Amino acid sequence: MPDAASEDAVLLRGIWKRFPGVVANAGANLRVRRGTIHAVLGENGAGKSTLMNVLSGVYRPDEGDLVIDGRARRFSSPADAIAAGVGMVHQEFRLVPTFTVAENVVLGASPLRIDKRDISARVDALADQYGLAADPTRPVWQLSMGERQRVEILKALWRDARVLILDEPTAVLTPAEADELGGIIRRMADEGRSVIFISHKLDEVKAFCDEATVLRGGKTVAESLDVREIEPTRMAELMVGDAGASVAERPAPHPVGKPVLELRGVNALGSRGLPALIDADLTVNEGEIVGIAGVSGNGQRELADVVAGLTPTTSGSIVLAGVDVAGRPPRVRFKAGLAYIPEDRLGVGLAPALSVVDNAILRSYRAHRRGPLLAVERCKRFCEGLVEKFGVKVGNVDDRIGSLSGGNLQRLLLGRELSGEPRLVLAAQPTRGLDVQGVRAIQQLLVDQRDADTGVLLISEDLDELLTLADRLFVMSEGRLLAEFDPTTATRAEIGAAMAGADGAMR
Amino acid sequence: MSEASIIGLFVFTIRFAVLLYLAALGEVIAERAGVLNLGVEGMMAMGAVSGFLVGLETGNPWLALIAGIIVGALTSGLHALLSVVLGADQVVSGLALTIFGLALAAFIGKDKVGTPPEGTFEPLPVPGLSEIPWVGEIFFQQPPVVYLTALAGLGAWYVLNRTRVGLGLRAAGESAATADAAGHSVVGLRVGAVMVGGAFAGASGAYLSLSLAPGWTEGMTAGRGWIAVALVIFGAWSPGRAALGALLFGATLALEPRLQTFGVDISPILLSMLPYLLTIAALLLLSIRSRNRPSPAPAAIGIPYRREER
Repeated sequence: MPDAASEDAVLLRGIWKRFPGVVANAGANLRVRRGTIHAVLGENGAGKSTLMNVLSGVYRPDEGDLVIDGRARRFSSPADAIAAGVGMVHQEFRLVPTFTVAENVVLGASPLRIDKRDISARVDALADQYGLAADPTRPVWQLSMGERQRVEILKALWRDARVLILDEPTAVLTPAEADELGGIIRRMADEGRSVIFISHKLDEVKAFCDEATVLRGGKTVAESLDVREIEPTRMAELMVGDAGASVAERPAPHPVGKPVLELRGVNALGSRGLPALIDADLTVNEGEIVGIAGVSGNGQRELADVVAGLTPTTSGSIVLAGVDVAGRPPRVRFKAGLAYIPEDRLGVGLAPALSVVDNAILRSYRAHRRGPLLAVERCKRFCEGLVEKFGVKVGNVDDRIGSLSGGNLQRLLLGRELSGEPRLVLAAQPTRGLDVQGVRAIQQLLVDQRDADTGVLLISEDLDELLTLADRLFVMSEGRLLAEFDPTTATRAEIGAAMAGADGAMR
Repeated sequence: MSEASIIGLFVFTIRFAVLLYLAALGEVIAERAGVLNLGVEGMMAMGAVSGFLVGLETGNPWLALIAGIIVGALTSGLHALLSVVLGADQVVSGLALTIFGLALAAFIGKDKVGTPPEGTFEPLPVPGLSEIPWVGEIFFQQPPVVYLTALAGLGAWYVLNRTRVGLGLRAAGESAATADAAGHSVVGLRVGAVMVGGAFAGASGAYLSLSLAPGWTEGMTAGRGWIAVALVIFGAWSPGRAALGALLFGATLALEPRLQTFGVDISPILLSMLPYLLTIAALLLLSIRSRNRPSPAPAAIGIPYRREER
């Protein structure tokens, strides 16, 4: 049913989507021409996933128009989007592990009676047509991530999707598999299908895609750029944006002491079982802030988890304040002087269903004991001390902590972590999602720590934050710590090029 | 040990197996859709009392059986409403159903305890086949529900494994979000599966009060519903393997009252533990085997499904 008069397979105009406390899309636009591969770029939290979930019928937009093949649409469920020819391959695969490949492919769009040999033959034929090698009779739990992704693509093709959305498809692939995927989606585009390719790996965007749309803060900042014309560096700049809500000026330098954290040749696997941190060498000294920049998903999370002891290393040594902590549990690291501000503050950092007091004493509960019991009053006093010292706005310390705002959560978390007089502060995305006031308060706390001769390892996606706060700066790309920059002299363009993983960029 | 008593043992092995298998088959269907229903015992009791009462009233065993089926389905509807539609804890809701069903059945039937049954099922010899020595007597001189149960088992296997509905149902039990994203109604499939399961449990109860042990007394299900739940696990959630397990468990039930006549000096109480011991053994084997492959238990069992909207 494509309307021949319209060249656009997908047209999204002024899409707004609000969630409690978050505006995920603030008037986002997207135009995808038929038969092209279109990249949607943006940092984490830029609103890419939300926009794609709107397009695939998972979310209903609060405002905005959705036009598929020239026809205005309003989807109330993924089934509606599938019927309109929009198929999505989510990052988290939607497959039934105990079903065979063929059963997964035909699920929801199968004949009433299922003849296993018949559907296997038909799925096999479809797979051959697109070069998607997959044995239709194998159960999915036996397949690699790359194979599972092919099953997901087959599912969309089985339903004859005219628009295929791939959400960070190469995150689970080896480089060779990624190249293969590039060939497969090109074949689909040549057939007149349209592919939306969500990624922040700019080299792949350059290699596979025709056009690119960049999102930032829920808005479209650049629409339908011609990928052949534009430099990856420019794309990276568009993604990270210009001035953020950072501290006004650079804090005065501070004398540097001896090392508090030394990583030597550290390797670790990511959640998908692929190498995510490769040969990391890093030293953080007393009294300095070391910044880690990079497009998210390039190993920053694994770096933080390895230092905090939440992810095992496969090789390498980690020395924290003179203690070799590689392979030791988080408790040992805390005792050695680590304070950890995790990226996922309401999950890893704090327990949402517990009260403010309970969260406040999670680390230091041993200090508030009376015999085998907790000394409740002492816990409360400790918590109220933190609340006052760090300016946490809280109604009652016995309230559930989940009811606090992001900035107050982060203040309490920092307060708790810093109360133990740490030697090293590891902060992952500490200011993400906070308002300007909150950002400044958290940044000031980090600078205060540095001035108290604590080492600070700051992982951030906010380049301005890093350029202002960090004394030394590294860029992470594809699991590697790339060249060191001096934040006082480095330009955004230089750093952007390294973040883009552009070849020859000081590797 | 006479020939007649050995044949009698086999005949009753099959009859007890049918009692357990009907209920277990219903539970297999519900669990494959992702809903654990621990209310089997209560649904069986409700099926038994309503089958018995309708039999008294009409004298027609078929009407009585249908009444048991309908009441079983309606009873399970309560579990479907609570645990599927409203997302309540399946274990709590199912246990409540057992307690509630047992008590309600006792209340409904309290004036008729000990009343001689009417409209019971009589053995229906299959022409020709029933003449075969031994085999004919054991398999083909049974009440009609026995034959229907064999057909029901085949039918359930076919629907689960060879139809679109079965594929969707199994997907709902393995990964509800996947089934939903593929366009299947998870709630619809699960409610349907629970109520079909309840119908089977009701049929099992009616078969008990109209054929296996005609009559009504409070608590006549005597824990057989729980054996059926164990049988689902023993049978690895498969209609075929559950049938084999039903014969094995049925044999222990049939053997229990016959031990003394066979001159075996084992306490029947020990024997009645056997189904559960076998189930524990089966669970052990399954967990050893499933270290590197998925367990046969439906992965989404016990997890209420709500479409995500953060």
